[in-house]
Amino acid sequence: MARRQLEPFLWALFSAGGVVAALFIPVHLFLWGVAVPVTGITPPSYAAALAAAQHPAARLYLLAICSLPLFHWAHRFRYTLYDGLQVKHLNEIINTFCYGGAIAGTAAAVYLLWRI
Amino acid sequence: MKPRALAHTPYHPRWYRPRVSTYWWLHQWSYARFVLRELTSIFVAWFVLLTLFGLRALERGPAAYAAYLAWLRRPTVVAIDAISFLFVLFHAVTWFSLAPRAMVLRVGGKRVPEKVIAGAIYAVWVVISVVLGRFLLGG
Repeated sequence: MARRQLEPFLWALFSAGGVVAALFIPVHLFLWGVAVPVTGITPPSYAAALAAAQHPAARLYLLAICSLPLFHWAHRFRYTLYDGLQVKHLNEIINTFCYGGAIAGTAAAVYLLWRI
Repeated sequence: MKPRALAHTPYHPRWYRPRVSTYWWLHQWSYARFVLRELTSIFVAWFVLLTLFGLRALERGPAAYAAYLAWLRRPTVVAIDAISFLFVLFHAVTWFSLAPRAMVLRVGGKRVPEKVIAGAIYAVWVVISVVLGRFLLGG
């Protein structure tokens, strides 16, 4: 059955996303989400930010920190709903929402990174 | 009277399963911590949304980028970001404390102690954060 072959792959994406989220996201969130708005450190100008994001390595990195953590979220959130709310009858909808969301987010990241 | 469970049933017996309360995880701190850890994924997703908005602003031009920076300064957004930062930190710490158990390293036939692996991971984490932090601020 297709589902049985898919499950280990989803767990691998969950793990990869977990590693990426743990190693890279805290510093991003702290600096851009808290430090820059609160302390008034000047963020990079538009030109500098654009030039940095356009570097091929930066594009790959940005794709990785968007896509993998989304699959991490999809997997973990799916099980959170499953364990926490006991909504077995909604499994199909939940799966579509979670993995569909991760795929849509990845597509958006690919599109934007392609365009900039 | 013979208990029902011991009687022969031609079909699979129905187990007695008491209904678990939806709030089962509030009864004990370790359960609550487990649920909090699972909920960190929502804040991870929030970060990705934030990044996608930023990329969209970069794609649209300088005015959109300025609007994005102004949006980041809104108190509600800063509050959500600060809470998200704490949750992602919680994710990182719990993830790193599990990693040494998931990957067993052996050197010269001896298992490398968990604390050594965890220490190495934290060291790498600090280095990544410092290097990436300088880069993120345009250094």
